[in-house]
Amino acid sequence: MNRGPSLILRGAVAALPFAVLAATWELVARTGAFPPRLFPTVEQVAATFARLAASGILLHHAGDTLLRLAAGFGMAAILGALLGIAMGRSRQVEDLALPLVSIGAPIPGIAYAPLFLLWFGLGNTGSIVLVAFVSLFPVVLNTWTGVKAVKEIWIRAAQTMGADERRLFRHVILPGALPYIVTGWRLGLAQAWRILVGVEMLAAVQWGLGWLIFGSREFLNTDVMLAGIAAIGAIGLALENLVFEPLERYTVVRWGMMSS
Amino acid sequence: MRALISIALFAVLYEAVARSGWFAPALVPTLPAIAARLYDMLADGSMANHAMNTLYRVFAGLALAAVFGLVLGFLMARYRAVERFFMPLVSAFMPIPSLAWAPIFILWFGLGNVATILIVFYAASFPMLLNTWTGARAVNPLWLRAAGSMGASGPALFWKVVVPGASPFIITGLRLAFQRAWIAVVGAEMLAASDFGLGWVIFDAKEFLNADIMLSSLVMIGAIGFIFERVVFGTLEKTTVLRWGMVRTAKA
Repeated sequence: MNRGPSLILRGAVAALPFAVLAATWELVARTGAFPPRLFPTVEQVAATFARLAASGILLHHAGDTLLRLAAGFGMAAILGALLGIAMGRSRQVEDLALPLVSIGAPIPGIAYAPLFLLWFGLGNTGSIVLVAFVSLFPVVLNTWTGVKAVKEIWIRAAQTMGADERRLFRHVILPGALPYIVTGWRLGLAQAWRILVGVEMLAAVQWGLGWLIFGSREFLNTDVMLAGIAAIGAIGLALENLVFEPLERYTVVRWGMMSS
Repeated sequence: MRALISIALFAVLYEAVARSGWFAPALVPTLPAIAARLYDMLADGSMANHAMNTLYRVFAGLALAAVFGLVLGFLMARYRAVERFFMPLVSAFMPIPSLAWAPIFILWFGLGNVATILIVFYAASFPMLLNTWTGARAVNPLWLRAAGSMGASGPALFWKVVVPGASPFIITGLRLAFQRAWIAVVGAEMLAASDFGLGWVIFDAKEFLNADIMLSSLVMIGAIGFIFERVVFGTLEKTTVLRWGMVRTAKA
């Protein structure tokens, strides 16, 4: 099999849709049917992207967004996993927490945004707390399901072989529940990401990709908006491909809990 | 019963915090105050008005997304070239949160229903499209060959075999799409609606520090979301998928 040309060919095939989309956009932009301020050409958007990236402005916005995401989601990932495990292991915790979690989970997180901004103030605190709160639910529910789904027979086998609570947890329950926990993290991060962009628009933070887009509205900077959206899409793709796929490979698949 | 204890405990805790005087009553209203506000808004019809506006927006967006997702999903499953062309675009656009488009849609179409519905459409399209595509490809090839050998051709094969075979996935896609749409409509209304709507009323109440209005609207959003997601779409999923004996494929 000659793999060289087929790789190039595949690259070309993958790039073709984007080229067609860009060409269509360019055509519409150049007809002059819409004001150029509202419908910039592709070169303009690319130039703006390059300008923002080169001056470090885009990096600053993206950095602040990622910091908020890491802070909010980090809290949710840890607290959610702990609460989920506690719910899975203890009947009392489950009885106490499950009804509240089940009521809270289906309410769209963004609906809390104004309330949280009132309570915690505009800016970082409000948005980070909201992101943490929103992404907590999928983590808790999945972790709880995972701990519950650990096969009873594994636990009993480990116990008869003399495993104490700690070793039982470390070697049986945690690996058994891990595929679910990782799924919960994945879902939680996706939710956090969707909410964060909206919250940054509402919370009037000074830096952040959501604000970059929303703030440009005032000055009709459609090119800045599109450059910001491109950055958001790139980060979203990177989160999925660079963070979670490796994590899943290293933990879940390696421990033989899931075939790759 | 146990659930009631936990909810009562939470309510008592909240009430204690609200009455402790640590926080301004405008920011943390007591439960009776919230209940009274909710009752007022239900009684004078303003809540119904907000809810109707929100439901109109969410179902307009969802309907557009369903048509778009079904047509493109089936085309992608049927024609290799369509799949090759659209799949990279779908993967590139999917990680962009629908709310990121809000400012652009506002610029293009102004504040109001068009921008809001488009945001909902964007959010709901992906689950609809991906589930239709997966469902159509998951149709048992044996059924296709069986139907083909019994003389079914083009349209009959599509309507009698492919569509029913893919329906479990499509119905699940519809439920997921509603879930996404419901989140999107609340956010979109905060950013892009000019009057009425459950999301808009929450955001508007922030200006006047009316936490009781916010919480009342939050209760409505939770209740309506629950009714549609679990009761309407959940029942639809159960009756059709179960009745047609597709449970096994649906679980895959």
